[in-house]
Amino acid sequence: MTGSDLRPEPDALLAQAEKEGRGRLKIFLGAAPGVGKTYAMLEAARRRAAEGVDVVAAVVETHGRADTEAMLAGLEVLPKRPHFYRERILHEMDLDGLLMRRPTLALIDELAHSNVEGSRHEKRWQDVEEVLDAGIDVWTTLNVQHLETLNDRVARISGVRVRETVPDAVLELADEIELVDLPTEELIERLRAGKVYVQDQIARAVNNFFSKGNLTALRELAMRAAADRVDAQLQEHMRANAIGGPWPAQERILVAINEAPVARALIRTAKRMADRARVGWIAVTVTSPEAEALPEGDKDTVAGALRLAERLGAEIATLHASGPVATEILDYARRRNVSRILVGRARARPFWNRLGRENVARDLSEAARDFEVTLVSDPKDETPVLSRQGWAVERDPAAYARAAGVVALAGALAWVADAWLPVPSLSLIFMTGVIVVAVRHGLWPSIAAACLSFFAYNFFFTDPRNTFFMIRQDQILTLGLFLVASVLTGNLAARLRERAVAQRAIAERTNLLYDFARQVAGAASSEEVLRAASAHVGAALGCETVLMRPDAFGRPAIVASEPMRDALDLREASAADYAWTRGEEAGRGSGTLPASRWLFVPVSAASRRLAVLGIAWKDGRTFSPVDRRLLDALVDQIAVALERTELQRDLEQSRVASEAERLRSALLSSVSHDLRTPLVSIIGAASSLADPDLALPRAARTEMAETIRDEGERLDRYIQNLLDMTRLGYGALKLKRVPSDLREIAGGARHRLRGALRAHEVVLDVPEGAAAVLVDPLLIEQVLMNLLDNAAKYAPDGTRIDLRARIIGAQMEVSVADHGPGIPAHARARIFDMFYRVAEGDGQRAGTGLGLAIARGIVEAHGGTIRAEPAQADGTGTRIVITLPLVNPEHPE
Amino acid sequence: MTAPEARPARILIIDDEAPIRRFLRIALEAEGHHVSEAATGRAGIEAAALTTPEAIVLDLGLPDMDGEAVLRELRQWSAVPVLVLSVRADEGGKVALLDAGAQDYVTKPFGIRELLARLRGLLRDRASEPAQGAALTIADLTIDAAARTVTKAGEPVKLTRKEFDLLWLLASNAGRLVTQSMALEHVWGKAHAEDSQYLRVFIRQLRAKIGDDAGNPRYIFTEPGVGYRFASG
Repeated sequence: MTGSDLRPEPDALLAQAEKEGRGRLKIFLGAAPGVGKTYAMLEAARRRAAEGVDVVAAVVETHGRADTEAMLAGLEVLPKRPHFYRERILHEMDLDGLLMRRPTLALIDELAHSNVEGSRHEKRWQDVEEVLDAGIDVWTTLNVQHLETLNDRVARISGVRVRETVPDAVLELADEIELVDLPTEELIERLRAGKVYVQDQIARAVNNFFSKGNLTALRELAMRAAADRVDAQLQEHMRANAIGGPWPAQERILVAINEAPVARALIRTAKRMADRARVGWIAVTVTSPEAEALPEGDKDTVAGALRLAERLGAEIATLHASGPVATEILDYARRRNVSRILVGRARARPFWNRLGRENVARDLSEAARDFEVTLVSDPKDETPVLSRQGWAVERDPAAYARAAGVVALAGALAWVADAWLPVPSLSLIFMTGVIVVAVRHGLWPSIAAACLSFFAYNFFFTDPRNTFFMIRQDQILTLGLFLVASVLTGNLAARLRERAVAQRAIAERTNLLYDFARQVAGAASSEEVLRAASAHVGAALGCETVLMRPDAFGRPAIVASEPMRDALDLREASAADYAWTRGEEAGRGSGTLPASRWLFVPVSAASRRLAVLGIAWKDGRTFSPVDRRLLDALVDQIAVALERTELQRDLEQSRVASEAERLRSALLSSVSHDLRTPLVSIIGAASSLADPDLALPRAARTEMAETIRDEGERLDRYIQNLLDMTRLGYGALKLKRVPSDLREIAGGARHRLRGALRAHEVVLDVPEGAAAVLVDPLLIEQVLMNLLDNAAKYAPDGTRIDLRARIIGAQMEVSVADHGPGIPAHARARIFDMFYRVAEGDGQRAGTGLGLAIARGIVEAHGGTIRAEPAQADGTGTRIVITLPLVNPEHPE
Repeated sequence: MTAPEARPARILIIDDEAPIRRFLRIALEAEGHHVSEAATGRAGIEAAALTTPEAIVLDLGLPDMDGEAVLRELRQWSAVPVLVLSVRADEGGKVALLDAGAQDYVTKPFGIRELLARLRGLLRDRASEPAQGAALTIADLTIDAAARTVTKAGEPVKLTRKEFDLLWLLASNAGRLVTQSMALEHVWGKAHAEDSQYLRVFIRQLRAKIGDDAGNPRYIFTEPGVGYRFASG
């Protein structure tokens, strides 16, 4: 081992870091009830409380034992919470109360306890996890037989299987384990003295369970479990601190499972092996067209086994095989550095069912030369298992009717062919019919068809005809073979058919995913994505769906659903809330609130949680692995699509924000720079007039005063523009339309602007008669002033400005044209935006940059349009053209 | 204090705002100057070449080119004093302009008296400036460059060499802006042109010695972030 390898392993450091900030878990582990775990825990807790630690007894089961109850005295006991279950009141730990109370240390007795149905979590150890997550230290007690992987062994030792199990991973979470040990004889003594409370199943087998041999074996198990744990802690410490050692390359154990009942035993065996070898393990299942055709019950078996594996800390994977299953498993095993493969021994099957069927276990052990393959058999599974595949009874009478029809048709054909063919050959016609039935309707109709054919052939075609009586031996043999062949071909054909059906199901799902991907690719908003997603998930899984995103209060609320619904009941809502806040599945079939009808799956991307998907079936079933896989694929796609739209929205928002920022800084620059420009002239001129040292001639004084007046008016216009813009922005602009003479309005604008227009020649071309329009004259005058002001500002002194008005159809067209430099084509549409100016920067002409924006606002309020175009033939000059609809004076609006 | 009679000069105004040009022209002509006008940077540069003005009033906000660009182009062939009209409140902008060769600036809006005072500072004949070795009297302060002595109301003021150099630089440019970098280069050398904290310390000492109050200055006026200006007369 070289020096560079002596770095702490990141995984080990990460695990340690994750523990920090969490509460610490201490488990008082015992071999059997009655060894004094609770007593030991309370004893230690009292010492802690005496040291001033904030200790709360959340749940302590004293079982009425006086000495234990005495230990509890003086400790703060959290009241239990009543649960109403099937008309009984049961008391459970008040998890929320504990989380609110937030003690430093919580005592939670009996880790393996199962909560009453309807609680937040199925198991108490899940409560404990949540308490730890909240940063509260937990002390708890556990008997060794409740450990998931030891359950089988304890059952074998004691003949008693306990229902309440705890995943081994929980033991690994423990920061400290204290083994509460009592010599076997002493325990038996206590039991005799009635000092031991025994519960449910154990009570039934009490004599059996508490035999000396059993207890000794259990004690050993408990000690070994504690010792293993210490060993694991030591290793973890050595890894985290980079203490060199012969660490093996990360090998893995792979366990392959299918629907066989041995799956759970396989998983437990794999877990034990992996723990002993201190390596990771992977549970895989392989889906293939055959697996698709499995009955629902078998799919549930596989799904349940995979969930068990996941709970026991395995990585789980679903492989998809188009060819031999064994090859697929081996390929995967090589990719993942697997050293050992566990697989169930092939089940005994009737010979016909083995035809054409892969024996995965055999294939694996033959092909896997570079692996250690372990075959595991289920001790309870010695009886041959009839594969139910292909044997599912067809219940549709129409299938049998059609089968009968086919036989009748075959009979008719045989009747006709009887003239040319020898009698034994006629059976081939019936055989063809049977195969047709098998292919179209499956096994049972084909067997029915075979029997019918047999009788028809026997009755109509074998001598003596029209009786069921047979003479010739060879004919009897023919008929027997005929029947066997029918069943075999029927079975094969049926399997072929099932495979085709399954293949079609796969193709349909692929199409569905593809359709979904295509549909959401075009979705512009998160809501569209969610609507498409709810429709697709509903269609794909045949279930009800809801998609939820957080509302204003951060609680998930329904955004899209299939079929339409707008609320969930309280329990479902709290499951959805849990899935959202914790990012874990909740609801049906999960570990949290399993009693609810819905399952909620968080939809998350790498960086954030995006939504919660809820699904429910009317018949209340849970997932098959294939559905699960499909759901995972859909959830992934939803996440990708949502993240895309979210990013788009963020981008849009930041664009809008920067636009607002731009407008604000433009407004600031307008106020600071442009409003100041008229002030420069005003203050300059006024200070000149006021300066006694400056000998100004009379004419000069007049000119100065005029400057002050003109610039004062200009300042007033700027301020007016700013006010107008605010009014336009708030939609408060009210039009006061009156019949107006446009020539009058134009004249007024020119007069008011005479100061600014001093250096330009303004030519009005507004025909008197054509100029009566129904507009707000004040506002239109403002528009014309803004346009003339702009023209004067940009066109060189001494040039001409044309103001024209014409009636074209139902519109009045008014234009202002100058001889200025013109506006580049790319800027023409933007000049009507607020604060937009063609030459940005300090070189801009004075002006608020609001004039054209206000002109547009006013013109559009009149229902008109405004545009810019070159004024002169050579492309220079600017012509601003406004069109105003001619409103009938009798019906103004 | 009466304004000293200014020598008539040819002055070019480069500003795109007609009203500003108008009142400047009237005011400057009333002072006896000959005024020419230009509305764009390009026209301004051409006018500067044709009319050879003795001072230019340059607006920074021109439609066709940045005032700073006009200044740089002018500086390639002309040393004519330039007074910049600026709306920029930022020190960086002013310093950049002064570095680009402007002699002084006025921030808009401004009173005509302020502008005329600045212009007079620029127009004062270089030949009439006090030569090294001459003595300068400003109010009750007398600075003798040859003897390197300073008296205030007859009482001698003891200055270090560097303090005297700094005071002489400011006083000999009375009424004109002395930028921080000008002062630093002149007194401490080019290598210290950026060390404005030196300058602040020396100005403080100098003010203390000549009895000037930064809060109510009589001699040394601070142009924040830009430089200093010695009282003129």
